Amino acid sequence: MTGWRAGIAATCLMLALWQTVIWTTGVARFILPPPALVAQTIWDSRALLAEHAVVTMAEVLIGLLLGAALGFVSAIGLVASPTARALVRPILVFSQSVPVFALAPILTLWLGFGLWSKITMALIIIYFPVTSSFFDALMRTNRDWIGLAKVMGASPARIMWHIRVPAALPGFASGLRLAAVYAPIGAIIGEWVGASKGLGYLMLLANGRAKTDLMFAALIVLAILTILLHAAVNKLCEKTLDRPE
Amino acid sequence: MNQLLRMTGSAAIDGTPIFSQLDLVLTPHSWTCLLGASGVGKSTVLRLFAGLAEGITFNGSLSKPGCVAMMAQQDLLMPWLSVMDNVLLGASLRGERADKPRARDRLEQVGLADHADKLPAALSGGQRQRVALARTLMEDRAVVLLDEPFSALDALTRAQMQELTAELLAGRTVLLVTHDPNEAARLGQTILIMTPTGLVDIAAPTSPIPRDIHAADVLRAQADLFDHLRRPT
Ligand SMILES: Nc1ncnc2c1ncn2[C@@H]1O[C@H](COP(=O)(O)OP(=O)(O)O)[C@@H](O)[C@H]1O
Ligand SMILES: [Mg+2]
Repeated sequence: MTGWRAGIAATCLMLALWQTVIWTTGVARFILPPPALVAQTIWDSRALLAEHAVVTMAEVLIGLLLGAALGFVSAIGLVASPTARALVRPILVFSQSVPVFALAPILTLWLGFGLWSKITMALIIIYFPVTSSFFDALMRTNRDWIGLAKVMGASPARIMWHIRVPAALPGFASGLRLAAVYAPIGAIIGEWVGASKGLGYLMLLANGRAKTDLMFAALIVLAILTILLHAAVNKLCEKTLDRPE
Repeated sequence: MNQLLRMTGSAAIDGTPIFSQLDLVLTPHSWTCLLGASGVGKSTVLRLFAGLAEGITFNGSLSKPGCVAMMAQQDLLMPWLSVMDNVLLGASLRGERADKPRARDRLEQVGLADHADKLPAALSGGQRQRVALARTLMEDRAVVLLDEPFSALDALTRAQMQELTAELLAGRTVLLVTHDPNEAARLGQTILIMTPTGLVDIAAPTSPIPRDIHAADVLRAQADLFDHLRRPT
């Protein structure tokens, strides 16, 4: 697995760079803590980190599931109905030009400090990539396949379910891969705006108490979880949705 | 299906005339071969017969053949379905019960019974086209429309496919679009060349199909066709 080796090499390089900056600049440890200290903190605070990581991952996973399901259904609806397409597409495009992060305070206001405001934030962020990549793939269905299905006497609904959807699943998979990267961003932003749990909350808390090492520890745990999530989604897509051709 | 299949009239796509004054008659239970320069509208004729008129403006009369089966140059196999499920595609698209034993018989007929569980990607081009033939046979229609179905195959595979298809589609009304004079001479019971000004009827050999590649009447008809196709219109 050259991918793994390259990843490990890149990580080592990053750590070396990090340590070099500390040695050469002599920067204070409350500005940039050394890697060894952060590693020590991760170990010492493992229970605390785990407790908050579980919350963030729950937000991310639920948001991912709901966003993927909603995007799946929306894309099919948009393809099936030209009217829906005409009405909804401009809204989708417009929503892309608005920074959706700006919604986070409003979501917190409406949905409170608990899980749901973060789940909703993650959902909103991943909804567009999932919907648009699945929609594009559905619209690109080979016309000749559809012609063949019509000659065979298929109804539009059956053409959708037996031809278009399976043909477009690889497109749905590429939307999911993007979503796996975006969902944690949504959850963290939601936590920054207002939360009492989660890695984003822990980062702010640590920052407020000048515990920079804990802040870095939370950040690194978040980064590792995001990479693992992306790898898991990638594997799942390869196993179930992708098609060798 | 003994009624005559006939298409008379003209067609246009996006206001561009494709053909006009066409008068095409398909003789029931026999093979009609349609040749002609690329872009002259052969596939358009086929699509009209198949009821895929989307985007085509047709003026004239067309006796609808009812249910037809179609096979094209691309095998149009669904890459996510096994060979067996591809053969059963028509049934699942119509919400009918899947008749697996019959599908297995069709695969047997095209010599692919051992490949039923494979994905199309695991087959050669010739094998894939045989699966498409099995799928077409599974539809069991009186009228079969073939749009250059063998043109992507190598010469040897093509000759085998021609023989197999002629044997398995015997008794049906077949419209075969082809650009290959040899194919038309081997399989055509009526041979027509489509030109912008109408159809030219070429005398077809009268021996039963599939005809031998080196039969004298085949070679003569083939040479004849070459001459006609080369002649400026
Ligand atoms: N979807 C389309 N839009 C516009 N023009 C088309 C379309 N499909 C085919 N044509 C045109 O119609 C003509 C006839 O096409 P076709 O029936 O495919 O020809 P053939 O099968 O004889 O090669 C061609 O000139 C082609 O450019
Ligand atoms: Mg054509």
